[in-house]
Amino acid sequence: MSRIQELFQKKKSKVLNVYCTAGYPELNSTVTILKALQESGADLVELGMPYSDPLADGPVIQASSTRALENGMNLSVLFEQLKDLRKEIHLPVILMGYMNPILQYGFEEFCKTAAAVGVDGLILPDLPEYEFETEYGAIIKKYGLDFIFLVTPETSDERVHKLDELSSGFLYAVSSSATTGKDKDFNAVEGYLQNLQTKKLKNPILVGFGIKDKETFQSACKYANGAIIGTAFIKALDGVEDIQLTTKKFLQNII
Amino acid sequence: MIREMKKEITFQHPNEQGYYGSFGGAYIPEMLHRNVEELKEKYLDIMYEPSFQKEFQLLLKDYVGRPTPLFLAERLSKEFNASIYLKREDLCHTGAHKINNTIGQILLARKLGKTRIIAETGAGQHGVATATVCALKGMECIVYMGEKDIERQAPNVARMKMLGAKVIPAMSGSKTLKDATNEAIRDWINNPVDTHYIIGSVVGPHPYPDMVARFQSVISEETRWQLKEKTGSELPTHVVACVGGGSNAAGAFYHFLDELSVQLVAVEAAGHGVYSGMSAATTQLGKPGILHGSKSLVMQTEDGQVVEPHSISAGLDYPGVGPLHANLFKSGRGTFLSATDEEALQSAFHISKTEGIIPALETAHAFAVLGKLNLKTTDKVVVCLSGRGDKDLATYMTAMGI
Repeated sequence: MSRIQELFQKKKSKVLNVYCTAGYPELNSTVTILKALQESGADLVELGMPYSDPLADGPVIQASSTRALENGMNLSVLFEQLKDLRKEIHLPVILMGYMNPILQYGFEEFCKTAAAVGVDGLILPDLPEYEFETEYGAIIKKYGLDFIFLVTPETSDERVHKLDELSSGFLYAVSSSATTGKDKDFNAVEGYLQNLQTKKLKNPILVGFGIKDKETFQSACKYANGAIIGTAFIKALDGVEDIQLTTKKFLQNII
Repeated sequence: MIREMKKEITFQHPNEQGYYGSFGGAYIPEMLHRNVEELKEKYLDIMYEPSFQKEFQLLLKDYVGRPTPLFLAERLSKEFNASIYLKREDLCHTGAHKINNTIGQILLARKLGKTRIIAETGAGQHGVATATVCALKGMECIVYMGEKDIERQAPNVARMKMLGAKVIPAMSGSKTLKDATNEAIRDWINNPVDTHYIIGSVVGPHPYPDMVARFQSVISEETRWQLKEKTGSELPTHVVACVGGGSNAAGAFYHFLDELSVQLVAVEAAGHGVYSGMSAATTQLGKPGILHGSKSLVMQTEDGQVVEPHSISAGLDYPGVGPLHANLFKSGRGTFLSATDEEALQSAFHISKTEGIIPALETAHAFAVLGKLNLKTTDKVVVCLSGRGDKDLATYMTAMGI
């Protein structure tokens, strides 16, 4: 059983997944943030691998990616930073990013190295299900990594079931069709999440996009196993000196 | 236009998943899946419906001004010792080939029940062509344009505004065409129900490259019968076109792609020189990668970050190339050459003085390679004169020291 699956065995509600961009705000802040998140009550971490053209992300996360790239972040640097990950971090860690940098690194080499340093799963928004099934899925499985697909309110029932079947770890429910960091009307979202709950999916569901404070976190958790916070945390980290303290305060305001 | 889905190997059509050889596909986030899937399922049926074709052909004739002439350029022919024909896309309404595609896509958007149109633009030609058809059909139009391009293409920005479009500057990344495309895609993600995205080139996720190539294929369809009238044969020896994303080249090549006797010459922008670090010659500098939803050749760093290209012409200033062209390059079916900023400028002045036609800077790149083709007197060369040069007057004036 993977670290992510174990987490959901133990904790079935109010699971908090926090997103941060590797190499942001400082090149070497990645591991500091992971530790601070672990100490402050996060259940799961989604670590963004910066890319020059992140289509599914909003301006705040894109700006953090641009900064991380300027700081000198790339996959080799990231894996070097994560080489002692499992000495201190017991939280499940997921890498989120786009296909192009991974293809240049070598897809199999990437999966192999990720698994070796103790990464648990992948979210690759521009890896579509056709290519996953025909080419990449087998490699991801070979190295024991979970793979998490996204579903949106526009995803058909049939397709939700298919993506659930292909996913392991959890399913990422985008709260409405939008890039990250957009404000959402949560009433409309609730109907969507209630509907997802009735589908008897094999994976737990985490809700992402538009979660920014205690209120939105609580309401997302009403109809899902937990939620993902990204943009709000990236904003909170902007320009701060004490990353640990900022992280701690940020999570206190959510949980 | 005849609907064809050939089963044998062809350079014209991608396979069902949108692949031309190993390039293409639809690498899109789930948020775009429904829109792209809907297009994929319906585009061919809609495009070849008799009612659609009737309206499309009528607009191409009476609004765009098609067929565009195929002009035997006598002085150029003499200079290069071959028959040089110019396919006059510069005479299309709005001054470039771009409108062939926007007319097609606006009609398609209406059939899909969409009410809001978004587009990206580099030089502004596609933005103008989109704003034009939106005005014609009374649809809301939003054009994303890199902040830097807004500065260097002021006349086209003014045109778009006069036509009623809203021009939104792309402020992220390098603030040019690549980023305008990112912003347009983001807009589409955020407005999935009422919006159609009119991509201006043969790039993007399947079915866009195929759909845009089909709408632009009217260029080579006309060229064939025009050549037959003028020379007795439908086939030239060469077709020459400039390539950024590659839409005019796709249209000019389309009905010759599987005619292997015809040499297809694609001319990329070499900027200050292919290896100068200031270039947009994607096939020479790019590696296979994924950009804007398809796998193609992409100019990128070793780490897979997309790099900012350079060309004097905003329309060729793109770090990728359509998957159809990537396949022509890889298979050897296409001949890929390049022209520098300086060569393009010289060529623009030369064509103006020799034939009385001021070409767009993009188009000037195509003319710049004529001397490199080792032409014979019996050769029949078609150059796609993709656009007129009015929009580039500021650059030409600087070059003349005015």
